[in-house]
Amino acid sequence: MDITEYIQLVFTDYTLRTITLGTAILGAVTGMLGSFAVLRKQSLLGDAISHAALPGIAIAFLITGAKNSNVLLLGALISGLVGTFWIRGIIKRTHLKSDTALGLILSLFFGFGMLLLTFIQKQPNANQAGLDKYLFGQAATLVESDVWLMVIVTGACLIVLLLFWKEFKILLFDADYTKTLGFNTKFIDILITTFIVLAIVLGLQTVGVVLMSAMLLAPAAAARQWTNSLGIMVFLAAIFGAFSGVFGTAISASQNNLSTGPVIVIIAGVFVLISFIFSPSRGLLFKQIRFIKNRRDLQLHKTLAFMYHIAETHDDISHPHTIKILNNFQGFTKGTLQKLVDKHYVTLHGSDWSLTKEGFKTASNLYNQQSENNE
Amino acid sequence: MKNNIAVKVDDLTVAYNYKPVLWDIDLEIPEGVLMAIVGPNGAGKSTLIKSILGILKPIAGSVSIYGKSYEKQRALVAYVPQKGSVDWDFPTTALDVVMMGTYGSLGWIKRPGQKEKKMALEALEKVGMLSFKNRQISQLSGGQQQRIFLARALVQDASIYFMDEPFQGVDATTEIAIINILKELRKANKTVIVVHHDLQTVPEYFDWVTFLNVKKIATGPVKDIFNDDNLTKTYGINYKVSIQE
Ligand SMILES: Nc1ncnc2c1ncn2[C@@H]1O[C@H](COP(=O)(O)OP(=O)(O)O)[C@@H](O)[C@H]1O
Ligand SMILES: [Mg+2]
Repeated sequence: MDITEYIQLVFTDYTLRTITLGTAILGAVTGMLGSFAVLRKQSLLGDAISHAALPGIAIAFLITGAKNSNVLLLGALISGLVGTFWIRGIIKRTHLKSDTALGLILSLFFGFGMLLLTFIQKQPNANQAGLDKYLFGQAATLVESDVWLMVIVTGACLIVLLLFWKEFKILLFDADYTKTLGFNTKFIDILITTFIVLAIVLGLQTVGVVLMSAMLLAPAAAARQWTNSLGIMVFLAAIFGAFSGVFGTAISASQNNLSTGPVIVIIAGVFVLISFIFSPSRGLLFKQIRFIKNRRDLQLHKTLAFMYHIAETHDDISHPHTIKILNNFQGFTKGTLQKLVDKHYVTLHGSDWSLTKEGFKTASNLYNQQSENNE
Repeated sequence: MKNNIAVKVDDLTVAYNYKPVLWDIDLEIPEGVLMAIVGPNGAGKSTLIKSILGILKPIAGSVSIYGKSYEKQRALVAYVPQKGSVDWDFPTTALDVVMMGTYGSLGWIKRPGQKEKKMALEALEKVGMLSFKNRQISQLSGGQQQRIFLARALVQDASIYFMDEPFQGVDATTEIAIINILKELRKANKTVIVVHHDLQTVPEYFDWVTFLNVKKIATGPVKDIFNDDNLTKTYGINYKVSIQE
């Protein structure tokens, strides 16, 4: 199936539409919430939560013996929450750093989850096949009720974000100060963490335990590059996440047998890459361009300043001087000289140069500015 | 005039992981003083402020603000944290940060409106930062960031101000601007408590001082107790500070 065929199918084919909608909503809600994880520098949190959810899935299956996705997700939610609050407890009660606590819980829960999965696979229960889809996700198994669940969680998340926007913002920026204003920072923190856990658990079926944290981090990291406003960042992260979902589904559906979760994550990664290179204020490309331009300007200014000092000693500022005199000053090249001529700061007569009025004025401004800055 | 006690600390002991950082601190801060807290790095100056403000939970002891518990008197107290305690690359503007000073009186959920914005703009003007109101905070100099923090506390219109190293990494101009604002606060009978590092300027800037090094060494008027003896007790080595009268 090629891409145009796919686009037609999205509007006509029920399954494809469900999957596309599901991945788009999932991308949007994880992108939104991911902004908070990124700004709190809790990049490992998503990883820890998603890995901590695995044993819950296995235990839920062992108890019910059925593969009802809602029951399994409930198990994931519970063990995800347990893992998250253990992490908080460890950080609070021990000397361990937060990334140590996160890593510890992550590997402990994941190891235990894998153990249970192997155990389940050895059982003679025909039902067990396919539980491992939660490792890497399988978007194709999304049904309408899954999408509805995502819509509900996303809606609730939006309402909470809008209600507690200022509380979230101030907590992210300055938690101690927030406390002194009388806000219950623990409540705000638990609220946001709970939603992060919810979003991650919802994504397990589609993207899987292993790659889920990328859904949380990538859109937010990309969004941060384009804006200096928290609101716009959260909005952009939602957009990037949604598009990652849509494009990822499209590509994996049109290239048969490409697994959807990894493709979505790769698309999200492309958003990050583009953002880190091309963002006007923070991107590498423009930083490099600015750097080169600044260096060029500086060289030009140095030459001009040198000429200014020579011209200053004469009553007539446009008195011609030999170019050789500039040799004393290493910064001068034919190129810079030509540029100064192009800007009408300097005129050349044979092997002599002289400063124009405009050049003199610019140079003296430059000089004054520099000495002001040094104050 | 100075007989109202603004802040009273009784037997305060604080520890991070069992190691006591503050031992049995008793402290009375009279209303209307401009007080410096001095002591070497790690003396527990920040910890003292954080414990008074309820950010840290002490092992023992109590704090009262004008005779009542801090929780009841929260609205009377404003805090300027150490500048390095936040990430200045956070996506927000100078005005937005100053506006945070109004969040406490707004309470939960309610958003800041025109009135709050006006208050924030006034505070920005007071610290000479009005023209930077829409600047992303990472694009401010250290001194400007410090002024923003000060403005955020001014917006709270408190009676007692706690400031953790407000002069850290600021240039001379900013230092003078800040100290003038602090002196104005004192003139309005506010109580200002400042963690301060530059011992030379203590007599010039402050009228009250507390020496701290895990224990409280001394507290009182600068002219009475700011001497080599207390400095030596606090810093452990022989200190000679020429005190200008
Ligand atoms: N979060 C913390 N966990 C453990 N120890 C801490 C923590 N914060 C401060 N300390 C320790 O408490 C002591 C006092 O710190 P602090 O109050 O920051 O000192 P000061 O502000 O006077 O430089 C120091 O020995 C410091 O190492
Ligand atoms: Mg300190």
